[in-house]
Amino acid sequence: MSIEIVSVNKQFGSFTALNDVNLTVPSGELTALLGPSGSGKTTLLRIIAGLETPDAGSIRFDGEETTDRHVRERQVGFVFQHYALFRHMTVEENVAFGLTVKPRKERPSKKEVRERVHELLRLVQLEGLADRFPSQLSGGQRQRVALARALAVEPKVLLLDEPFGALDAKVRVELRRWLRRLHDEIHVTSVFVTHDQEEALEVADRIVVMNKGRIEQVGTPAEVYDQPANPFVFDFLGSVNLFHCRSEQGQARAAAPELSMGYVRSHDIEVERRQSDGAVEAEVRHIQAVGPAVRVELLVRGTGKTVEAELSRDGAERLALGLGETVYARPRKMQTFVADYQI
Amino acid sequence: MSGTSAKSVRTRTEPAPVRWLLIIVAFLFLGLFLFVPLAAVFAQALEKGWDAYLVAIREPDALAAVKLTLITAAVSVPVNLVFGVVAAWAIAKFEFRGKQLLITLIDLPFSVSPVISGLIYVLLFGLQGWLGPWLQAHDIKIIFAVPGIVLATVFVTFPFVARELIPLMEAQGKDEEEAAITLGASGFQTFWRVTIPNIKWGLLYGVILCNARAMGEFGAVSVVSGHIRGATNTIPLHVEILYNEYNYAAAFAVASLLALLALVTLVVKSFVEWRMRETS
Amino acid sequence: MATKPITRNTVIPGFGPTLGYTVFYLSLIVLLPLSALVVKTASLTWPEFIATVAAPRVVASYKVTFGAALAAAGVNALFGLLVAWVLVRYSLPGKRLIDALVDLPFALPTAVAGITLSSVYAANGWLGSILEPRGIKVAFTPLGIFVAMTFIGLPFVVRTVQPVLEELEEEIEEAAACLGANRWQTFRRVLLPELLPALLTGFALAFARGVGEYGSIIFIAGNMPMVSEITPLLIITKLEQYDYAGATAIATVMLLFSFLMLLTVNLLQKWSRRHAAR
Repeated sequence: MSIEIVSVNKQFGSFTALNDVNLTVPSGELTALLGPSGSGKTTLLRIIAGLETPDAGSIRFDGEETTDRHVRERQVGFVFQHYALFRHMTVEENVAFGLTVKPRKERPSKKEVRERVHELLRLVQLEGLADRFPSQLSGGQRQRVALARALAVEPKVLLLDEPFGALDAKVRVELRRWLRRLHDEIHVTSVFVTHDQEEALEVADRIVVMNKGRIEQVGTPAEVYDQPANPFVFDFLGSVNLFHCRSEQGQARAAAPELSMGYVRSHDIEVERRQSDGAVEAEVRHIQAVGPAVRVELLVRGTGKTVEAELSRDGAERLALGLGETVYARPRKMQTFVADYQI
Repeated sequence: MSGTSAKSVRTRTEPAPVRWLLIIVAFLFLGLFLFVPLAAVFAQALEKGWDAYLVAIREPDALAAVKLTLITAAVSVPVNLVFGVVAAWAIAKFEFRGKQLLITLIDLPFSVSPVISGLIYVLLFGLQGWLGPWLQAHDIKIIFAVPGIVLATVFVTFPFVARELIPLMEAQGKDEEEAAITLGASGFQTFWRVTIPNIKWGLLYGVILCNARAMGEFGAVSVVSGHIRGATNTIPLHVEILYNEYNYAAAFAVASLLALLALVTLVVKSFVEWRMRETS
Repeated sequence: MATKPITRNTVIPGFGPTLGYTVFYLSLIVLLPLSALVVKTASLTWPEFIATVAAPRVVASYKVTFGAALAAAGVNALFGLLVAWVLVRYSLPGKRLIDALVDLPFALPTAVAGITLSSVYAANGWLGSILEPRGIKVAFTPLGIFVAMTFIGLPFVVRTVQPVLEELEEEIEEAAACLGANRWQTFRRVLLPELLPALLTGFALAFARGVGEYGSIIFIAGNMPMVSEITPLLIITKLEQYDYAGATAIATVMLLFSFLMLLTVNLLQKWSRRHAAR
């Protein structure tokens, strides 16, 4: 089922949480709402769910007006950031809850409920834990119970609020890959909120980048990463270096020479021993090995600005850099924007 | 996150008619059992006018009762205050076996009927009690005298300060005290300059409640007092006597003093609660 | 908990003196006097003890006391939950004032409560004059005992339920709504189980308080033997007749009940703590 969000506004006191947001989430896709905290992504998710009412605008499910429909009747599955499991109920009772509160006429029989619950627990790989209480589970397991509970009512849309936010780094990576595979299996239209760009890039079919209550860009992970629409998106999706574009970059000069800024990712900076076209002279200030990469901080001569380059271990060893040495830094790939945005 | 702080109105509340019904029923209940009796105390006290009111509370027996009540509170509040602080220090700052049992025992006087609280002292110090013959031989009067009243009051107000301070000091932990000690402070300096400022509101809270109970205790004191007018009557006992003599206006006049004390207690208590919430 | 060894490996001084004083003072003021009760009771033979505590008048007093206390605690559980709900969930003018006044029964001396309730519910009182013509006699009947016990037990349930209600996560209610539960189902199946330990604790505290209560009841009860005589009053009556052994025997029964309630409340609180641990 597709979701259409039309001109939605939401204000909390004097704080504008959402400012004229328009978005279409295509049926069957896994979409990420990505942005820093306070960007309005959680509010948007809660408005889609019906947990919050927009001040203006409308929400449509498959073209059908849904704005005023109560959350109970919206048939959305919502996975809360802290799971919100019912702690006095076992895993099985938690997952069954949505089925057992249905009106008597629609309620499946006890046997059917049981079968459905166990089918779901199989799906989320928690079969043996049906009789446990939430307090007896690990974070990752609770997360999967919350997911199974949301899926039990066969929602038309699955909404997840920072689904991996409360987990350890390692579990988080495992679980998000698992979620991706699960989505490929069940194909329910899903939207999840995250502030972690890596998570969004890895898991989502489509990323909605938000900032200050507005949508900055919508696109596939490749699109938003490789062709960011503006400096904010560029910055938010990875580390960035600024170059003033008075140099030989033709396209930059074509725009507005004085005001253009060149944006380059750290791993798109080539560090060389000798001068070449487009390279700037710099001094090595700091070298730090971080996991598989080596980060080199360079002071660009004559500007006082520092640039961070990310090299592979091999590349760094070949260059054999020493502190204080002079090198030449050349952006391999640069994008220019009019300089109305400051990092 | 951005949205969760603002409550969403539709999912977490009931339809308006249900809401109003619940509010009305709750208020009817509170009105019937709380507001009406409170108003009645003052209405009855002033039924015969201000003059009668002032006469009733200025009468010598009433003044003697006030004096005895003040003496009782002046003894029992400080001793239980000291005990509360000492017990809270031992329980909150150290780990030892039987701690939970100790806490339960400290709470014990709360679960004992006031009548029994008085009775146990009669059994100890009364004429037929363990120490009765010895006390009589030495001409020491405890039961049906002021010491008995004070003892019974100390018993019923025993847990107030301690039970306020123990959870408070446990929650605060002992990091700050340990820091003070490592900085060279002595035990007493640490206590006065680090612990006391941290617990002062909790302390005041306990003292206020302790005092209210000390001044208002009826059952326990009634057992040990002997009801001697002008000598062993506290304010609540004086109220009882006046009431049983059908002197209602005077009984309610004196009772209104205690009701005022209760209201002052509630005001101070609310203020302290507000301060504790502000500072935490 | 029980196997925790005595540890003194902390730099904070004063463990010995403070614990020593605590135990000493506790023994002197509480434990020693209470043991006098037990010792005195032990001077009775078993048949004597049974004959005293199971005499018809005494048994009648148990029935009145425990019956009224149970009813009052039940009413307080229901309405206390309601009051706590209204105070936590709804915004009302003067809410803080009402919230503060809920503690009035804790602060108001019981004798004052007793004479006031008795005059309000007497035939010519504010409420009595409305109720009596309709055939509802409150003052000087067992119903009066129930009214007084309801008054003094009123804050317990409100004060135990209120903090739990305040700290409930919004998310669990939202989760229930997302899963299709209506308001009543959410209350019944999600909120009430969360509140239950606190509610039961409040009920037990109100019940225990009602059973032991004396001051607020004797004025309104009428104190008719076999009908409206409460057990604490019976203890005093025996004492006034210099029947120390009789008074002590009945007191021991009540004390045992108090211990039982104390144990119950402790277990309930342990349960609710485990409940709260996530």
